[in-house]
Amino acid sequence: MTMVKLTDYPVETSALSTGGPVEPIRQGFGRGLVAAGERNSKVLALCADLTDSTSMRAFADRFPERFIEVGVAEQNLVTVAAGLAHAGFIPFTASYAAFSPGRSWEQIKTTASLNRQPVKIVGAHAGLVTGLDGATHQMLEDIALMRVIPNMVVLAPGDAREAEKATLALAADERPGYIRLAREATSLFSQSDAPFEIGPAYQLTIGHDVTVVATGPMTPEALHAADLLTDQNIAAEVIHCPTVKPLDLDTIWASAKRTRRVVTVEEGQIIGGLGSAVAEGLSEVHPVPVKRLGVQDRFGQTGQPQELWNAYELSASHLARQIGAFVRQSR
Amino acid sequence: MSTLSEVELSHLRQTANRLRQHTVAMLAAAQSGHSAGPLGMAEIMTALYFSVMRHDPKRPNWEERDVFFLSNGHTAPVLYAALAEAGYFPLQELGSLRRFGSRLQGHPERGALPGLESTSGPLGEGLSQAAGYAYALKHLNPAPRRFCYVVMGDGELNEGNVWEAAMFASKYGLGQLIALIDRNYIQIDGSTEAVMPLDDLAAKWRAFGWHTLEIDGNDVAQVVAACHAGQAVRSRPSVIIAHTVPGAGVDFMEYDYRWHGQAPNREEAEEALAQLSEVEARL
Repeated sequence: MTMVKLTDYPVETSALSTGGPVEPIRQGFGRGLVAAGERNSKVLALCADLTDSTSMRAFADRFPERFIEVGVAEQNLVTVAAGLAHAGFIPFTASYAAFSPGRSWEQIKTTASLNRQPVKIVGAHAGLVTGLDGATHQMLEDIALMRVIPNMVVLAPGDAREAEKATLALAADERPGYIRLAREATSLFSQSDAPFEIGPAYQLTIGHDVTVVATGPMTPEALHAADLLTDQNIAAEVIHCPTVKPLDLDTIWASAKRTRRVVTVEEGQIIGGLGSAVAEGLSEVHPVPVKRLGVQDRFGQTGQPQELWNAYELSASHLARQIGAFVRQSR
Repeated sequence: MSTLSEVELSHLRQTANRLRQHTVAMLAAAQSGHSAGPLGMAEIMTALYFSVMRHDPKRPNWEERDVFFLSNGHTAPVLYAALAEAGYFPLQELGSLRRFGSRLQGHPERGALPGLESTSGPLGEGLSQAAGYAYALKHLNPAPRRFCYVVMGDGELNEGNVWEAAMFASKYGLGQLIALIDRNYIQIDGSTEAVMPLDDLAAKWRAFGWHTLEIDGNDVAQVVAACHAGQAVRSRPSVIIAHTVPGAGVDFMEYDYRWHGQAPNREEAEEALAQLSEVEARL
């Protein structure tokens, strides 16, 4: 008779409590990549031994001759892609964001961007919510790393529908680019027929008390927070910013001029991330108080998705409380 | 494949000597840069640009061209000298090496100069790019007449990225990929075998599945012959371990690792050019 009883080892799972339909952002990328492959025979997919979890499987099945497995070698992943781009192709390279761009940053800078090759970096499992893998696998610094590289496009789509469009846009863009993907199912807040272009930020709600600039899967949380803020008599203007670079400062500025205060929300380090980009930009043209919400110079840790968003104060109720306090304090 | 005539051979030796002279003069003018590697690689670059590769300086983006990646970008002076001698840009421009506004950047930057296929400098990244290109030549846009060449230094084989690429090229049977290693046994901190031993280097490449050749890399005829031997093997990539003398042609630089990352002053350059001219007169 075994001493170990499974009853002593209870199962615990909890998805994000979002309300409404959900889908992992990475699945939208997978669909977009197939569509990009159908539109353009030059589109390639390269993967570093994570074909299923980066959602490249559908492309690999549909276009096996255009899928290249490079093994667990993220530096080679990016540099082989630079060579393929030199031969006239449009390579999408996928791994977990923790490893690419985490481990391949210099290769990206030198052989993609400085080398003027349109290599596309796909960072899967980015952010806090990466399953239960813990801090080593939670990539929170990717936006900071990628947006400092000249000529690099940086995208953080807000949901799976937008990720599909963003992937198509990235394939058609001549620059090297980075696209950030989340693992868990998150809210589908955007409309199927909503426009998407690289560059613009999209104003989603109208409000005169505070501008809330959010990116990636934080945007639906910010929308939810805006609903909660009406109870505090605060009207928040939510701007969704799927393109972190080049940043649409005009749209953010136009709103901030009216609201006179800005909150940024991202699922990553505020140092160097969207919050930095917005604060840097606004401080040069139209200084207003900026409150940056996101990961506050800490590492991640193991936990259920909702536990993590609560612990790092990124769930809608936490956002609403912090935004409300900021508005009252800066009035 | 054909063997070189004595006339052709003599012409190539003169070209290698000229690349060395340009290299010395460029470095002396810049008062900055690396001396030993570029001088040791003169025959390799001569063989590639003046005998082996199909290329057309008048059409740098010619679709039928062979493609060259310089991985050890710090040896740029000898690449610039080869490109200029081949006719990609005026020889007069060589004097602008490392100057502000020059197309001859301290390390090669793609787009700056016609014929320059890749940005390099950070070590260990050329083989992967060449492998990516060779993958396209074999599996995506089959172009059986075209080859992809890459030159690496031996010191940069310390980089893990190189061995990732070695596995990749072997797995995909990239027979149109021909890598040349400038095996001069020096790197910045000293002998390669003291800094991070590489031998038995040929055994390593064989173990990775590569068609492996070892030659005297300062014998231009051997470099040309090895490249042709590499072209003949289409089932797997070829690597040519080209044993060279660092600083070759300038006696006070030869075998001295301190010249790896140093440029000659005017006096040293005069002496180096005198030695090279003497050799030239005998060719």
